[in-house]
Amino acid sequence: MNSRCAGLRWKQAVAADIVRRLPDTSDGQGMTAEIDWRSQIFEALQRHDVRQVAYVPDAGHAWLIEQCQSSNAMQAVMLTTEEEGIALLAGAWLGGQRGVLLMQSSGVGNTINMLSLARSCRLPLVLVITMRGEWGEFNPWQYPMGQATPEVLEAMGVFNYSCERPEDVAPTMEAACRMAFAGPSAVAVLLRQRLIGTKTFAVE
Amino acid sequence: MSASIHRRPLMAEILRNAGPDLLLVTGLGQTCYDSAAAGDRDLTFPMWGGMGAAAMVGLGLALAQPAKRVIVATGDGEMLMGMGSFASIAAKAPRNLAIAVFDNEHYGETGNQSTHTAPSGQGPVRSGAGTDLAAVARACGITDAATIRNEADVAAAVQACRAAAGPLVRVFKVVNEKLPLAMPPRDGALLKDRFRKALLGAA
Repeated sequence: MNSRCAGLRWKQAVAADIVRRLPDTSDGQGMTAEIDWRSQIFEALQRHDVRQVAYVPDAGHAWLIEQCQSSNAMQAVMLTTEEEGIALLAGAWLGGQRGVLLMQSSGVGNTINMLSLARSCRLPLVLVITMRGEWGEFNPWQYPMGQATPEVLEAMGVFNYSCERPEDVAPTMEAACRMAFAGPSAVAVLLRQRLIGTKTFAVE
Repeated sequence: MSASIHRRPLMAEILRNAGPDLLLVTGLGQTCYDSAAAGDRDLTFPMWGGMGAAAMVGLGLALAQPAKRVIVATGDGEMLMGMGSFASIAAKAPRNLAIAVFDNEHYGETGNQSTHTAPSGQGPVRSGAGTDLAAVARACGITDAATIRNEADVAAAVQACRAAAGPLVRVFKVVNEKLPLAMPPRDGALLKDRFRKALLGAA
């Protein structure tokens, strides 16, 4: 038990550290501090009448998950693995509700066969994916799935759009929700590590 | 110990006099065919793929339609692949969701190998692990979960699936048998659209 508690404290310390960013050389405009892109994702979900939010716990989505859990209009559904979310959202749509799946890129690999469900039945699907395994990632075990994520999504017929800068997020979420729910089609929004900050484990 | 419950009459019982308030989701394979044999209907969503998905499709549907009854009928192999779903369902605890597992202890679609729910100690070919799916469901937090072995208990168990407060799981030990083919439509988009049209009035 002691080692599990120690593990939890370590995880919390890591989570707190995730917000640290690598030096941002993408622009000199200081835009990162001014755009609250996490709120903009939540607002997009509200605007598009999303009622079911499936999630696999993820530090990058932590704030958003809490907002959804606290929302009276939304059902937040925790999953044991990402493919459950594809199935849940199929059921939601059959029942007349819109949903989204919040996940990490490492979970994309878990969903591959289940994405057949969305494609075969022409179901709407919005995947909001925080990236791992790229842009300064500390953990090399994350590289394979992180690097393969866009190709895997494309292979399964999921449109994917990247957000590297805070100003990308709102228009990309809007585009994704429109294409998914009006299409219907499967769309992934990739929140790149350059946007969300790179997990460092404080080793630098 | 050998099973005496037959799957086709079981599915017919689940769907008996089903009205617009009963929404049925089936897993891929035999439960899909069982639903067609019992009488295909627009408010049945029979799955042809996505192994392991059935229970979670049921959860999404149950959350979206709290005033309707949602029954998921699926096989032991399909449920084993989506076993984590029990925990995710327990977390939301929808009162209108029932899961009926048709447990023949075999992968009937793919060579008839034993599944993990078959007894252990049956030799290298026939052994399973004695996995008890009702016990798994209970351990995941679905308190009302039971295994049904006798024909005499089927009616009450089906009645629970139709009307008792969920979430609940009934694992029916059914005969492993070859049955005449009966197939619902295979086009997923058609199955989805007909279901939505019947339920919501618009595809």
